[in-house]
Amino acid sequence: MTLIDVIFWFFAAVTLGSAAVVVFSRNIIYSAFALLFTFFGVAGFYVLLGADFIAITQLLIYVGGILVLLVFGVMLTNKVVSVDIKSGTLNAGVAMVVVSLTAGTIAGIFYATEWKTAPAEMLQPTTAGELGTMMMTSYLLPFEVASVVLLVALIGAAMVSRRDRSKQEAA
Amino acid sequence: MHLPVPIEYYLALSAIMFITGVTGVLARRNAIVIFMSIELMLNSANLALVAFSTRMGNDAGQILVFFVMAVAAAEAAIGLAIVIALFRNRETVFVNDMNILKW
Repeated sequence: MTLIDVIFWFFAAVTLGSAAVVVFSRNIIYSAFALLFTFFGVAGFYVLLGADFIAITQLLIYVGGILVLLVFGVMLTNKVVSVDIKSGTLNAGVAMVVVSLTAGTIAGIFYATEWKTAPAEMLQPTTAGELGTMMMTSYLLPFEVASVVLLVALIGAAMVSRRDRSKQEAA
Repeated sequence: MHLPVPIEYYLALSAIMFITGVTGVLARRNAIVIFMSIELMLNSANLALVAFSTRMGNDAGQILVFFVMAVAAAEAAIGLAIVIALFRNRETVFVNDMNILKW
C-alpha cells in the first residue's frame, strides 16, 4: 500500500462518512457542517487526480460560497434552540424502492462497462494553464453564458427573497 | 513508477455518493437538507467527470465541471431565496407542508 493509496482511503472515509451524516443526521446544523467535510474531501480527490484548478475552484465556490449560503438558510429558517421533532423521513418505503432501483442501475452499468484509461505518459501534471486557454478560446461562448446565468440568478434571488414593500404599505 | 489509484475506485466512490444524495432527496422532508443532498449529487458527478478527464488526458471534462459549479451556485442562491420566501409566508421548510397547489 503506497502513500497515495493511504491518502485515497482517508479521503474516501471522510467524504462518504460525512455524506452519510449530511443525509441521515436529525440535526440540520450537523448536516450543514458535515457538508463542509464532504466538500473538503472531494477537493482532496481533485488534488489527488491532478486537477489543481478544479480543486481550488471547489474550495472557493463550494466551501466559500454555497456552504455559507446554506448555513445562512439554516439560520434564517430554523429555530435553533427548539427541538425539531418532525425533521424525520418521508415516504421511507417508496424512497427505498426508488433508491434500490437507481443503485442497481448504476451498479449494473459499473460492472458491465470496461473502463479504459489513457497511458500514464499522456497525463499532465497541472491543468490550470491549459484550462485557461481553453476557456478563452474554444469555450468562450459557454463561459460568457455562465456569467449571464450567474447575474440573472443573483438578481432573481434578491427579487424573490426581499420583502414586498408595496404590499406592506397598502396593508 | 507507482501505479495511480484505478479509475474504478473513483467511479464507485462517486456512485455511492450519488446514491446517498438520492436517498436524501427522496426521504428527507426538510427543504434545506434536500438542497444539501442535491449538492452531494452534483459533487459526485463532478468527481466522476474529473476522474474521467485526468485518466483520459483530456481537459474538456474539467471545463464541464467548472460550468456545473457555476450552475450549482446559481441553483443554491435561487433555491435558498425561494425557501426563505416560503418560510416567511408559511412558517415551514418541510416539503410535505408545501401543498398550496395541491387539490
